[in-house]
Order: sequence, then structure tokens, then C-alpha cells
Amino acid sequence: MSSDTQKILTTDGVPLEVSLKKVERRNKFKAFLLVAPLLFFLLIVYISPIIGMLFNSVDDRMVTNALPKTFIAMEKWDGKELPSEEVFEAFYIDFQKLIEEEKEGKLSTQLNYEKNGFKSIIKKLRRKSKSFEEGNYKEQIMAVHERWANVEYWRAIKRRAPSYSYSKYLKGVDMYQNEEGKFVQVEEDRRIYKKLWVRTLKIAFYVTLFCFLMAYPIAHLLATLPMKYSNLLMICVLLPFWTSLLVRTASWMILLQQQGVVNDFLVWIGLVADDKRLVMMYNETGTYIAMTQILLPFMVLPLYSVMKTISPSLVRAGKSLGGTPFITFWKVYFPLTIPGIGAGSLLVFILAIGYYITPELVGGASGTLISNQIAYHMKYTLDWSFASAMGLMLLAGVLAVYWVYNKLVGIDNIKLG
Amino acid sequence: MALPKYTEPHYRIWHYIYLFICGCVFFFLIAPLFVIFPLSFNAEEFLVITDGMKRLDPEAFSLRWYEDMVFGTKNPWGLAAKNSFFIAIFATIGAVILGTVAALGLSSRYMPYKGIIMATLISPMIVPLIISGVAIFFFMAKAGLAATHTGIILAHIILGTPFVVITVTATLSGFDHSVTRAAASLGSNPVNTFMKITLPLILPGVISGALFAFVTSFDEVVIVLFLAGLDNTTIPVQMWTGLREQLSPTILAVATCLILLSTLVLVAAELLRRRSERIRGINR
Repeated sequence: MSSDTQKILTTDGVPLEVSLKKVERRNKFKAFLLVAPLLFFLLIVYISPIIGMLFNSVDDRMVTNALPKTFIAMEKWDGKELPSEEVFEAFYIDFQKLIEEEKEGKLSTQLNYEKNGFKSIIKKLRRKSKSFEEGNYKEQIMAVHERWANVEYWRAIKRRAPSYSYSKYLKGVDMYQNEEGKFVQVEEDRRIYKKLWVRTLKIAFYVTLFCFLMAYPIAHLLATLPMKYSNLLMICVLLPFWTSLLVRTASWMILLQQQGVVNDFLVWIGLVADDKRLVMMYNETGTYIAMTQILLPFMVLPLYSVMKTISPSLVRAGKSLGGTPFITFWKVYFPLTIPGIGAGSLLVFILAIGYYITPELVGGASGTLISNQIAYHMKYTLDWSFASAMGLMLLAGVLAVYWVYNKLVGIDNIKLG
Repeated sequence: MALPKYTEPHYRIWHYIYLFICGCVFFFLIAPLFVIFPLSFNAEEFLVITDGMKRLDPEAFSLRWYEDMVFGTKNPWGLAAKNSFFIAIFATIGAVILGTVAALGLSSRYMPYKGIIMATLISPMIVPLIISGVAIFFFMAKAGLAATHTGIILAHIILGTPFVVITVTATLSGFDHSVTRAAASLGSNPVNTFMKITLPLILPGVISGALFAFVTSFDEVVIVLFLAGLDNTTIPVQMWTGLREQLSPTILAVATCLILLSTLVLVAAELLRRRSERIRGINR
């Protein structure tokens, strides 16, 4: 071969390398084209609204747009003492416009989030302001209710001046920004969200732990029994897995109620007196019991699929080398199951931390989680930006665990059924 | 799992304790489902096992709650069942088409950014439902699709696709791509190859993904609660309202029917899984 044949050409005279690259690009494009419909569908209908929540959670233009003149007048106000007549007049003009547009209710809701007590004084102002005379608005507004003469309330209004604020995130961890711009915690007895976060993490952690403790022995039994028995027992795991979540929750409600089957049984065997039946529902206990049973299959299945691949001869080898059954289990078998434990625990933890239906139905006041609080704000207080902020904080936590899961287990290794 | 004869007594005891624990866990898993059956045949209006039922008195049992479920005048179950099936069927069709096509692309070895795209496609399964619900609600409200079947179906397609993607990519992982090349070399166009060669081979994966998507949609309540109006009520939503307001035995009758349905799905899924394992075994 001569030296001038370094470049291999295809039949149409293009260097092979170039031609191959072209084919590869085309193949890449073809593969991407197949994924594209689903990817774009998800990006538009799902991912973009989630990113939109980020915007929602900091968006505070409602108040800014409701009181434009007031905020301009307030720019010169230092916030130390009551604002000047100029501010009061601007507020009165803005407020009259809001009444015309029937938006003063929205404003009062928003301001009430900032400081409790706005709702009633705005209602009162609305009624009284009809008979206001021109000029000297400061006196007239302050005469409506003593809170209008309280500088705290005017400071609260000023805090809502910027179009965007992260105050909802602070509220989500029981903090707020005080007049000097420092982050401070709310009073001890009003710290509800921190407690809720801690409780959510605690319940998710314990449910994961209980699931692990219960799933490990039965996954081991399923993996070591002969096929014909294990298939039969597998039904016990798979039937609950395929059964409607609400059906399973309903059955727990029947079991755990005070006149329910569990209490009946406990009374019958004499463990509990008839007039001292246990309260197992509408509290934390109910959440623990029901969630553990509902999430148990998600722990059993990954553990089982890992244990199935462990050769029994390894344990036999351990024993033949003089290990007692316990030592062999601990030194040989258990380490081999760690990938399954990791996969199952992360999956259960991710699912538990965002649980909504079961805690809402059996959890009562002491067994509800952060998800329930989000739903509450979405449906009842209609503080959507706060719900968005809480949702995103929860999502950040879940995505962190998801990231770990993806690194450790690989998302395409999820086993279903 | 029989113990060998030479097992020492204290290990024998441990073994029986282990079996006992396993028995308890299996009982814990499966027993709650069986509480529902007897109570749904209760002649009384209470959700407790009556004395008559304990004596197996035939008078204590009746089908009145089933009658109430089907013929009850004020009962919404008929409309709810119709909606549930309608939504679940269309959501399944959508999820299967989008998910299968995407899985084909993901299984190609030329696919760029496989990891991140896979993570994105699976994310609806991981993100807590309440967050998906809030986000989808915002979108549907803006798009004018709140309180419509279309909106709920679109939302359920989102939730169903990860299952289809996972099951189909799993089936494709054992797929021998030389058969499609053979088909192409014999003059078949890509669509024809897919319909006649690829699809029949991956069908078990597609169907089991479809079952997951169907069950997910049929069982889903959080997003429907956000999106549904009065006309879009589904079985889970009715159960939810029933469980929150008044627990009537009619709900248990519905629950019994749902358990029977899930038994059917379980059997179908199990048969498919075995078939798919067989096919993958042959290809290896």
C-alpha cells in the first residue's frame, strides 16, 4: 500500500470519517425526534408550570398595582413615625379607586397575610370613607379605627411595596423580615411551619424505617423460597400494590376507628378495657400505621429483586468456612443487599415526604404533613403564592433525594412489579 | 424452606421466630383488604361487625349497599364510573403512544443526553402529587382547561408516561436490533418494520405499561380534586368525599368492586411479566 491512501474514501468520494459522522448525526437526530413529542409535551404542560410556580411564589405585584400612588408617596417616608398627610391622601385616592373596581377585598386579604388585623379595619374604612370630607385625610382615616393610627400597620403596607419578594419563603420557615431588614423568627407560639417540616421529615423517616424492618424478612423469604410458594406469597405484596389507595385508606379507617376491628379484638382478648378503647385514628399513630402498610410494597420489590440475584452458594460458603448463621448473614448476605436497601429506602422516603391523601383522611390535626398544608392554602386561604413557595421548598428536598437516588441506583433501574 | 437435620436447637427456634415475623408482615399487608368484604354485605348501616355477623346469621347480611350503589337515586357512582373509565382510557392511549415512541428513542444508542432526558421524563413519578397538582392546575386554569375532561386527561397522560417509558425501555433492553436491520435490508420501511417486527416483540412491555398508566389514572385523586368541576367527578373523588364526610357502607361496596378489579389487573400484569421475561430470555 502506498502512503497516499491515509484517507479512506467512500464510493462517492467523500472521506469515510466525514460520511460516518454525518450518519451518526442523522441517527442522533432520529433518536431525538422520537423522544421529542413527549419531551416537549412535558416541558409545556408540566415543567414550565412548575417553573411558573417559582415566579408565582415571589410575585407580589397585586399589592404594588393596587396602591400605586401610596407607594410613590411613601418613598420619602422613613418609617419611624406615622406617615405624612401626603401618604394618607394618596392612600385614600388609591382606596377609592379599589372600591370602584371592587378589589379592596383582595387587598385586605393580601395585607392580612402581612399583618393580622387588616381585614376588619379595611372593611370599616370602606364603610366610613363614603362620608369623608375633602382634605385632612390623616385625621379622618385615623379616626376610623385606632389601628390606622398605629405605625406598625403602615410599615406593613410599605413592606409590600416591591413587586417581588421572598417573604413567602421566610414565612414557610416561620421567619420574617423586620423593619430594619433583619431576618427574625416569629413568636414562639406561632411557629407552626417549622414544626410541620420537622414532623414531615420525622414521619417520612420512621415510615421508611418501619418499611425496611418489615420488608427485609419477607423479601428474604420470597427470594429464598421455591418458586411455587414464593409466587403465591408474592400476591400478598402485589395485590395491595395494585389496589386503589383510597380503598386501602378506607380499610384502615374501618380497622382503626374506636368501634373498629382492631379495638374490638383488643377488647375481646382483654388487653384493653371496653371503655378505654385506643384512639388510633385522626392522630399521628393512624398516619404511621396506614402509610407503612401502603408504602411497604415499594420497599419489598426492590429488596426482592436484589436478593434474588444473590447466589445461595455464597451463604453456604460462609457457613462452610466456619461462620455461624448470624455471622454469615451479617458479613456476607447483608452487605450484598445494601443496593436494594438504598433503592427501596430512597423510593419510600421520596413517596412518604410528599404524601397527601392518607394523612388527610386518617391523620387528623397531629398527623398531617406539609402537603396537607399546601393543599389547605390552595383551596381555603387561596394564598397561592405561599402554597407555591412551600411546594417549591418541598420539591427542592425531593429533587435532592431524587438526585442521590439517580446517582446510586440509576433511574432506569426502577423495577415495577 | 426446610431446615437441614443438623441444625442446632437455638437456630431452629430463631428460624421459627423468623417465619412467624414473616407471617405477621404478610398478614399486615393483606388483611386490611379483607376487612372490607364482610362489612360491605352488612345489613346494618354501621361500619362494624355486628353480633349477627359474628353468629353468621343470614339476616345480618344483605346486598342492600350494592343495590344502593347501582340503583341509588341520589348516588353519583354511575356518573363517576363513566367519567373514570372515559378519562382513564384516553389517558392510557395518550400515555402509551407518547411513552412508547419516547422509549424507542431512548433505547437507541445514538440518543444524546440520555441521562438528563430520562430523568426529566421520569420526574412526574417522583415529584410529589400535590406539587404536580398545583403546577398543572395553574397551567390548566390559564389554558382554560380547568373543569374539563380534556384537562384531566392531559394531566393523567403526564402521570402515566413514566410507567410506560420504564416498562418499554426495560423490554427494549433485551431487544435484538439486528432483526430491525434485517427487515430494513429486506426492503421494509421504518413504519412497517415497527408495526410488524418491533411492536409485536415489545408488546408485553407496552401492555404492562398501559396497565400501570390505566391504574394510575383510574386511582388518581389529588390532581382531579384540583381540576374537576361537578361534571368531572370520578370514582376516587367520590370515595374521597365519602370518606371525609360520612362513611357509608355503599363506599365499601364500591371498594369491594375496586379490589376485584385490581385482582384482575394483577393477574393480567403477572401473566404479561412472565411472557415478557420469556421473550427477553429468548433474545439473549
